[in-house]
Amino acid sequence: MSTRLAKGGRLTDRSKQIGFTFNGKRFTGFAGDTLASALLANDQMLLGRSFKYHRPRGVVASGAEEPNALVGLGQGARFEPDQRATTTELFDGLVADSQNHWPSLEFDVGEVNAKLARFLPAGFYYKTFLWPRAFWKHLYEPVIRRSAGLGKAPHPEVRDIDRYEHFHAHVDLLIVGGGVAGLQAAKAAGAAGAQVLLIEQGAHWGGRAPVDGGTIDGMAAADWVARTVAELETMENVRLRLRCMGAGVYDHGYVLGYERVTDHKPGAHGPRHRLWRIRCKQIVAATGAIERPLSFAGNDVPGVMLASALRDYVVNYGVSAGDRTVVVTNNDDAYRTAIVLKKAGLAVPVILDARPLGGGALMEEARALGIRVEPGRGIAKVLGGKRVTGVATCLQAGEGSVLEEIPCDAVAMSGGWSPVVHLWSHCGGKLAWDAENAVFRPDPTRAPTGADGAPFLGTAGAASGAFHLSDTLADAEKAAVAAAEALGHAATAAPPQAEAASEAALLPVWLMPQGARAELRMKAFLDYQNDVKVSDVQLAAREGYESVEHTKRYTTLGMATDQGKLSNINGLAVLSDALGTPVPQVGTTTFRPPYTPISFGAIAGEARGEIFQPLRRTPMQDLHESNHAAWEPVGQWRRPYCYPHPGEAKRDAVNREINATRQSLGILDASTLGKILVKGPDAGRFLDMMYTNMMSTLPVGKCRYGLMCNENGFLMDDGVVVRLSEDSWLCHTTSGGADHVHAHMEDWLQCEWWDWKVFTANLTEQYAQIAVVGPNARNLLETLGGMDVSKEALPFMTWAEGALAGTPARVYRISFSGELSYEIAVPANRGRAFWGKLLEAGRAWDITPYGTEALHVMRAEKGFIMIGDESDGTVIPQDLGLSWAISKKKADFLGKRAQERTDMARDDRWQLVGLETLDGSVLPDGAYAIAPGRNANGQRNTQGRVTSTYYSPTLKKGIAMGLVRHGPDRMGEVLGFTAEEQDHTDDKPTLVEARIVSPVFYDPEGEKQNV
Amino acid sequence: MLTLPCPCCGADAAEIELVPGGEAHLKREGPGASDEAVERYLFERENPKGVVLERWRHAYGCGKWFLAARDSVTMEVYGTYPAQTHEPPQEIRDRIARRHPDWAQGA
Repeated sequence: MSTRLAKGGRLTDRSKQIGFTFNGKRFTGFAGDTLASALLANDQMLLGRSFKYHRPRGVVASGAEEPNALVGLGQGARFEPDQRATTTELFDGLVADSQNHWPSLEFDVGEVNAKLARFLPAGFYYKTFLWPRAFWKHLYEPVIRRSAGLGKAPHPEVRDIDRYEHFHAHVDLLIVGGGVAGLQAAKAAGAAGAQVLLIEQGAHWGGRAPVDGGTIDGMAAADWVARTVAELETMENVRLRLRCMGAGVYDHGYVLGYERVTDHKPGAHGPRHRLWRIRCKQIVAATGAIERPLSFAGNDVPGVMLASALRDYVVNYGVSAGDRTVVVTNNDDAYRTAIVLKKAGLAVPVILDARPLGGGALMEEARALGIRVEPGRGIAKVLGGKRVTGVATCLQAGEGSVLEEIPCDAVAMSGGWSPVVHLWSHCGGKLAWDAENAVFRPDPTRAPTGADGAPFLGTAGAASGAFHLSDTLADAEKAAVAAAEALGHAATAAPPQAEAASEAALLPVWLMPQGARAELRMKAFLDYQNDVKVSDVQLAAREGYESVEHTKRYTTLGMATDQGKLSNINGLAVLSDALGTPVPQVGTTTFRPPYTPISFGAIAGEARGEIFQPLRRTPMQDLHESNHAAWEPVGQWRRPYCYPHPGEAKRDAVNREINATRQSLGILDASTLGKILVKGPDAGRFLDMMYTNMMSTLPVGKCRYGLMCNENGFLMDDGVVVRLSEDSWLCHTTSGGADHVHAHMEDWLQCEWWDWKVFTANLTEQYAQIAVVGPNARNLLETLGGMDVSKEALPFMTWAEGALAGTPARVYRISFSGELSYEIAVPANRGRAFWGKLLEAGRAWDITPYGTEALHVMRAEKGFIMIGDESDGTVIPQDLGLSWAISKKKADFLGKRAQERTDMARDDRWQLVGLETLDGSVLPDGAYAIAPGRNANGQRNTQGRVTSTYYSPTLKKGIAMGLVRHGPDRMGEVLGFTAEEQDHTDDKPTLVEARIVSPVFYDPEGEKQNV
Repeated sequence: MLTLPCPCCGADAAEIELVPGGEAHLKREGPGASDEAVERYLFERENPKGVVLERWRHAYGCGKWFLAARDSVTMEVYGTYPAQTHEPPQEIRDRIARRHPDWAQGA
């Protein structure tokens, strides 16, 4: 069993007990524990069930590379699945639950999958569940989803109650990793004068060195770390951050740092996570190395752990994984674990060293302590189910014939160390195969390069493949000097003196024993989290998956949340062996950020809720709020959809607003309409290019409805253009399109016609604009007084400037409703008061504010198009019966040539028509008109679709607009439209019948607006 | 994330301040142009692996369009220059030539 030792634990404080809960059971740990170390101290080795076979799994590692010990952490609004117990600092009241089991961790029904493992090899799902097709959706997928997987997502209605933030930092040199290499690099670069930020993902400085031993500058590694950190803290040009991971390196020296600010003290002041957005000139990645597991049968049984992890638990936390630990290795480093265990008073029955001649000085030290060492041996298989009970040993050179069975309750395995090359690789750094250490390490001749074409990232220490303590420090010094020099600082290398035991060469071991029989290979796990075994990768190779990227996707090797930190090298070595291709030729899969998963909260930062994006407000927004408006988002605006009275349904409010407007008087806040001033000697010529109509000939004082197309000929925006003076025009755009249209104009002015003398200014927010609409609109303005708004003085499609009720105003006689209508622009800061004056003076005619839905219905009754409804980026003005607005006289305008393309000119394009259901009902929005026959995909053919559809309170029936093939030539014809969302394979669809009619439903002669 | 110096306002603009505008130095084809020329203008882009000349707008900065010469593989920036020109300045072409001696604009 695993337990707390009587003493030890350099990171724990035994005077501070901490209570926590796992699967409802109360446990205690010490301050400084991780959740993993505290669970082990309480003999909780079994932590979860595996993804596919539901095999029992326990802790394997002690850090970020942990694949198994994932728990659901926290409750309610703080619940988060898939949290690594090994990197979760223990705090009082912590609540954790194990994952992926039913009904319980100890007894799991899904374990039957493990019995069926023979029948669930790589690609099983792809091969098995293809047919019959209809079974996928209703049977296969739900069952597979329930049985496979890790943690459960939080309930969709639960909101994260923590706060997150983004933080921008600009530094000369970023050093990632606070082990001895990172500390030494910071010291050297800081002394040279560089501005340095040093970040470390864990809660402690020094990395592995204090556990692994050795001396630096004559002192114990832990003492050197403490002294160096103290030194760095006095340097003004060096900043230090713990609990801050270098998550990803991106182009031009952009780095994301992920700081877990209060994970270890939930609810404390400050954000929970902070996303550092760092721009730096140079980066040193001192990210260390990760130990590799060995691939033998049963290497996933709880109690089989990385040798370094076992040592960490003893030295850092005073926790033993078991009383009797068998060590199995292909290198010298694992002997350190045996020595640590022995010195802690624990038993090491045997060290199985796969190398025929064993190791060097560390082996001698172990032997001197009385530990039995067996060179040339390995593990044939691990005994035990939910917990290791022993190992069966064999010759590494053989095929697994058992030599002896040795009882034990833990196994420490080491397959060598792989440099953490993730950050190096994120931004294009290439790797070289180091055959001596059997690792991919950064190739310094092919470093990531920055904007100036020069390298901007170097690695330091074990991340470079410099594993011996003295090499680590010398390499770190070298990396720091190179970075400082690249930054223009003079620096000379003076690495500290380090001493550590020398190590004999390792023997690459990719399978144990090397000739393992099939039944052993089927129990030798490569990827613990995704349940990928040696036999799966070998099967993939047999089935023709030669590329490592394809094998990865077929077997899911390395695709779990740990992204293959333990499994990648072992997996591709197995693939290399199966293909008979050397490892470097097989290559690695791509390393992508983030290094370990980061929270969605950190990515979102403060951008959520009300400040998800800036909200634009019109000058009258407060009044709409107090008038109980129901809101509709339009771009970054919120516009009143309608103004329901207390107890009134929105639908009824809309109808009331329309009837009031058509019968008497309505007003609309139209301030969101885009208003772009175009001015200059070439402004007319420029607008003739921007619009399909002729704008240069528009007389001063007149308004003209204009269409704007992009260079592909498609309708982009529309609006009324006003000639303000000889050299200036005011272009109204759609509410959502103002910024885009302005940018579009500037693009052409700056990049194509840069010699034309034109200025543009987006004046959208400078004016409050109000539409006064209805038969009594003129009466209202005359009551306000100050301007002649008579039919003679201000005819349809003209404008005038003056003052209304003392408020400076431009009055445009335009109509989007078909009624007598004035749009009045006043300075933005007068808008609120002016709106009030209109309401006050309009009482005599029951003035009714109306919202966007009434606006939409009224324009549809008139057959006016709406950008985004009738147009969708594939529609040209000719499709919408708007040929009248396309100048025949102009030699050129944007989109003119494109509209001559054969596809635009063909005569069977879908064109705008009105639609009326035979029964008066409202057609479903977006419904398709069915045509005879089916297309190549077996879907029914279509001949049109609904683009706008409403209930018209004016006509007391449903009206719609749509695009129909040859539509305008088919007046009176009846089409069948799909009734609602339907399965396209359905043979007998429910259809709604509608007749093709003119799109102008109301006042086709325009008698109402032209009075 | 790319950082491009804006030649109009001088700021080192991070990619989040910029809006991309695709290939630079396209020749506009209008009425009277052949179908082939229009197809090239509207739809055909070089998208080379290597040197790209491209349009960027400093949208969340000074608002101006500018052009950049950049390597699409290494992300090296050979330089940025004003949009009101038909080819990169000599200084930028020299810098490109040092890495890609055979490179020619539009080739």
